[in-house]
Formats: sequence, C-alpha cells, structure tokens
Amino acid sequence: MTEKKAVSAEVPKETPVLKAVHLGISFGGLKAVDDFNMEIGRSELVGLIGPNGAGKTTVFNLLTGVYKPTEGAFYLNGKKMNGRKTYQVVEEGIARTFQNIRLFKKMTVLENVKVAMNKDMHYSPLASIFRTNSFWREEHDTDERAMELLDIVGLGDKKDAMAMNLPYGQQRKLEIARALGTNMRLLLLDEPAAGMNPVETDELLDIINNIRRTFGISVLLIEHDMSLVMRVCERIQVIDYGVTIAKGTPEEIAHNPRVIEAYLGKQAEKEVLNMKDASGHVIGEEGSAAAADAEPDKAEKPDETAGAGTPNR
Amino acid sequence: MPKSAKVSSLINLIGVFALYFLFLAIFESGIFGAKTDYFKGIATTACYTIIMVTSLNLLVGIMGEFSLGHAGFMSVGAYASAVFTNAIANSGIPDFPMFLLALLVGGAAAALTGFLVGVPALKLRGDYLCIVTVAFAEIIRVCFTNFKITGGGRTMSGIAKLSDFYWVYWVTVVCVTLMFLLIRSRFGRTVRAIREDYIAAEASGVNVTFYKVATFTISAFFAGVAGAIYAHYMTAMIPTSFNFAYSAEFLTEVIIGGAGSMTGSIIGATFLSALPEAMRTFARYRMLAYSIVLVIVMIFRPGGIFGTWEFSLTRLLKKIFRVKGTAPGGKGADAAKAGKTGKGASV
Ligand SMILES: Nc1ncnc2c1ncn2[C@@H]1O[C@H](COP(=O)(O)OP(=O)(O)OP(=O)(O)O)[C@@H](O)[C@H]1O
Ligand SMILES: [Mg+2]
Repeated sequence: MTEKKAVSAEVPKETPVLKAVHLGISFGGLKAVDDFNMEIGRSELVGLIGPNGAGKTTVFNLLTGVYKPTEGAFYLNGKKMNGRKTYQVVEEGIARTFQNIRLFKKMTVLENVKVAMNKDMHYSPLASIFRTNSFWREEHDTDERAMELLDIVGLGDKKDAMAMNLPYGQQRKLEIARALGTNMRLLLLDEPAAGMNPVETDELLDIINNIRRTFGISVLLIEHDMSLVMRVCERIQVIDYGVTIAKGTPEEIAHNPRVIEAYLGKQAEKEVLNMKDASGHVIGEEGSAAAADAEPDKAEKPDETAGAGTPNR
Repeated sequence: MPKSAKVSSLINLIGVFALYFLFLAIFESGIFGAKTDYFKGIATTACYTIIMVTSLNLLVGIMGEFSLGHAGFMSVGAYASAVFTNAIANSGIPDFPMFLLALLVGGAAAALTGFLVGVPALKLRGDYLCIVTVAFAEIIRVCFTNFKITGGGRTMSGIAKLSDFYWVYWVTVVCVTLMFLLIRSRFGRTVRAIREDYIAAEASGVNVTFYKVATFTISAFFAGVAGAIYAHYMTAMIPTSFNFAYSAEFLTEVIIGGAGSMTGSIIGATFLSALPEAMRTFARYRMLAYSIVLVIVMIFRPGGIFGTWEFSLTRLLKKIFRVKGTAPGGKGADAAKAGKTGKGASV
C-alpha cells in the first residue's frame, strides 16, 4: 500500500487519475455512449448516474478494455489506455466490480482475493514444485494482505467460506475486496448497493469512505440508490441515452431540471423530494430507506441482466 | 516451510515407498508364479493410464474445459519417443537414461503440439473447443497413418522394451506429484478462477489466454510422457489405437472419479484400466460397463465419485490416531491444514 503512494507521488499533482476524452462506442446503429468526457482527481469520488439502459455499465466496459471505443480515448495518470486488454488495464491500476455479481463461486473467500493478488506475486512454477522458501513466504504474505482487505470489508471471519454461500450483500463486499486486491488507483463500482438492505448500504458507505482514506484511491460509482449517491459523491455526472446531460455537485444535480425530467421524472414524486432532502436540506433516517424502497425494480435488475445472457457484463 | 507441511510430505514419502515395497514384495516373491509378468503388465498399464487421466483432469477439473482428444497427445508422445529411441538405439546409452530421455522427448513433442493447437483453439470455449480437440486427434491419427517414419499405417514394431514397472511406478509418482503441487500453487488457483468466471478473472488482472495455453501445454506434456511409457511397454503400436474411443475412455474416467479430484482420477484410472484386463472374459463388455457406470454415477453423484475431495494420508493417520483417543489439542485447525498442504504423492 505504501509503495503505491510512492508511485502516485511521482505524477505531477495536476494529472488527473482518469481522463476520458470524447469517448464513444456504437453497437451497430446504436450509440450506447457518445462524447463521454470525464476527469477524476486523486482520491476523488465521482458518481455516474442515469436511467436504466443509459450506458453506465458500457462506460465501465470501455474503461476496463472489455469494449474497444469507436471514438475518443482515455488516460490513466496521463497514460493512454486505448487498445489495452482488460488484464493490462488492471495492471495499470483500474479495477472494477460487476453489476451482476461475478465471484469465483466455488472458491473460498480468501482465494477470491488472492486470485486478484496473483499479478503481484512472483514465485516461479519451479518454486511451487520444490516448495521453496520464496513459495511459503509469498503465499503467507499474500494471505496476510488479503486478510487485511477482507477485514476492511468486514469479511475477515468468513475467509474459509465458499464464495457462493455468502449472503448477497456480503458477496458484493467480497467483490470490492477482490478489486482492492489488484492494488488499483481507480476503483469502478457498478451498483454496489443493489439488493442491499439499508443497514448494509450504510456499512457499504463506511467501507467506501474507509478505503478512500486508507489507500488514497479514486472511485467512480454507478448507483441507483439516490440517497447513497447524494451522500458520498463529490461530483456527479448524469448520462441519458449515452449522452451526458449534466455534471456538477450533488446539490446542482438535484436541482437540474433536465436531470429531473430525464432521470427522475419517471420516478414517483416522493423520490424527487427524497433526493432534495438527501442533498442537504433535511436528512432523515427514513429518507435513505424510502429511497431504496422506491426502486424495487432496480434492485432486481442485476439478476435480470444475468438471466437474459446479454453480452453486457 | 511450515512444520505441518514438512510432516505431511514426509508421511507421503513414506507412504509412496511403502506402496513401492509392497509391489516389490508381491512381484519378487513370485506368489503369482508364471503370471508375475502379466500382473506387472497390468500395473504398468494402470500407471500410464493414471498419468493420462490426471493430466486430463487438469483440463477438465481445474480449467473446466472438456477435451476429447487426449489420446492424440498420447500418440504424439508415443511416436516421437519411439522414433527417437529407434534413432539412437545403437549409441550404447544404458537403458535407464535412455528411458528418461524417451519420456522427455515424448513429453516435449506433445507439449509443443499442445501449445501449437492451444494458441488458436483456446480462443474457443466449451463445446466448440471440445470439437476442435476431437478434430485434432483425428488429424494426428491420419498423419501417423501416412507418415513413413511412423510405420505408414502398419504396426510400428521393434521399439525397445524400456518401460520396466518399477521405473514406471516412480515416473507416475513424480508426474502426479508435479501436477498436484502445481494445482496447489498460485498457478492452480488462477486456473481455477478462470474455470469459475473468466470475465471476472480477466478483470482481476489475470492474463486468461496465457494461463489457458500454459495449462493445455502442461496437460499435453504429461500425456506425451504417458505415451512414451506406452510405446516402450507395448514395443509395437498402430495409430488407430489412439482413436476417439480411447480419448472418450479417459474423459469417462475423469468424470467418474470426479472432475477436480486427483484422488478420483488415480483410483478411477487404476480400476477401470486394471479390471477389464484382469477379467479378460468380460473385456468385450468394457465399453458397455463404462456407459452403465457413467450413467449411474451421473444420476447419483453428478460431481463424480470423489467430487473434488482429495485423499490425505496425513489426515487419515490423524483420524486413526484420534479415534484411539489420545488426540493432542488444536486438532481441528491442524487437520484442516494438513489436508490442504498434505497428500503430495500418496498414490
Ligand atoms: N454488447 C452490446 N451490444 C449491443 N448493445 C449493447 C451492448 N452492451 C450494451 N448495449 C446497449 O447499450 C445500452 C446501454 O447499456 P448499459 O448496460 O450500459 O446501461 P446501464 O446504464 O448500465 O443500465 P442499467 O442501469 O440497467 O444497468 C443499452 O441499450 C444496451 O442494450
Ligand atoms: Mg448497468
């Protein structure tokens, strides 16, 4: 963790961690993402919101090299990332979680995290055959670091459980721990609170704040739970039909008429009110719970996408 | 090296030696009389079948891809090593080094083939990959049927009889141990992650293509070693022996034993290769028996007889010890650890 800080320090302060310029992709005739521009600074937390099918996950797929952009480019710490394969992008320091949870189901919780740490392990196949000291030392060190990450997301006591046997909320947390295992600088979270109850959502919020403090990483967050977005994000970017329709502070977004029309106009009026509340006027405990309840269809979305077998990961 | 790991490797080593001396005692005491050589032959067959099935299990159980062309790699190893030993037959090299060289040549040739096939083929997954492996084995068979150097469709005979059972036993121990140690390392963990979800693996920084090709190559290497043993045990062979049915047999043995369980592969291979040999009269019903066993196993134990369970000599000894009463403290964690790092080479 300390070595990462040293690397980041070499980069001039002004260089944004992530910079996307005119990023775009079309599937056949459909422009899923168009002219996407974004800058994320060090330790910043930016929200990416928009109605269903707006193109949020597609942005993540572009930023992780799953899709090749048909237009534009993106840079990590000033380094151009276009055309890199997913694992290469991860090596450079972008990690993600998935909207429809993708864990290594029949592996233990600890192993899930250790897989992500494999890229920073060095012992050779010969070392594993002869079980040399470097093998034991590195496995042991990796175990310890993986346990640190599991403790951060509160799964330390579950390390030997099979990933598939975890409850839903904990599976999402394990995805975060696994992403942290790649030792990244930019963390992309795709609807981490989907399917979580209000208590778990609050824990998630603590986790996100905690990892930003501890590792000094930047976070790009896709989330439908408005109260969560409004509470944690420093800036928010709203997209609709692949096009950016607003950028700004949570306060500005909450009062932006285009956003309300495109995104929230379809929701119950109560939702709009909640958003305004959450953005700073009156924050109540019921506010967050109500916001989560107001979107039962969204919460179920991950399973739908998984079941339909869309190429959208 | 943790103490528990040291202890269990020692225990496994003792176990392997004990088994060796058991075989030695059985065969050398001559209790089978004139049939000793026959039983030695069956044991040799079981050994190379074990290598075949465990190496196929690397693909099926660990990487999660089906291959129906494993006999193809075996034939590459068999013919490459046979051509090699024929070429240097009069060089005066003693039998044992010659045998080891033959194994290495067979393994290397098969590994190279595996690599060349794997690079393009592993872009595919599931059924598509499986079909490519079938096609590969057929192509190899047709090639060997037509190459002059491999006998040109006739039996290639006069191969040196180098596969002595006692040597083959140790080769099998070494091969299985190597595979086991690789599986229980970061390599195996990564490959299992690819089996579970290759998209998530890639997003966790895993170079999926690299690991898949590497696994395929390693698996082919061991199949080649098994092929070399086969060639120098049979001393005569024909390309049509390495046909689709033979590949299917290996896959069946993996599935019945339990994909992902080396123990299952070893026991499955031993029984299914030794039983029909031992009961010659039933040999013609072999494939029928396989199918029935497969159907029954699939109905009652879809994960195979052993699932992903691994036998651990250390754990077994601990259990026996504990049953007798005087178990030391901290047994739960201890036993679990032993199970994880133990086993090693308990064939
Ligand atoms: N591989 C693909 N091929 C064709 N169309 C695609 C592909 N991936 C995404 N799309 C389309 O791009 C659009 C944006 O999808 P995306 O999954 O990014 O939306 P989203 O904002 O994440 O929505 P949600 O909130 O439901 O997760 C959708 O219309 C989708 O059908
Ligand atoms: Mg999405």
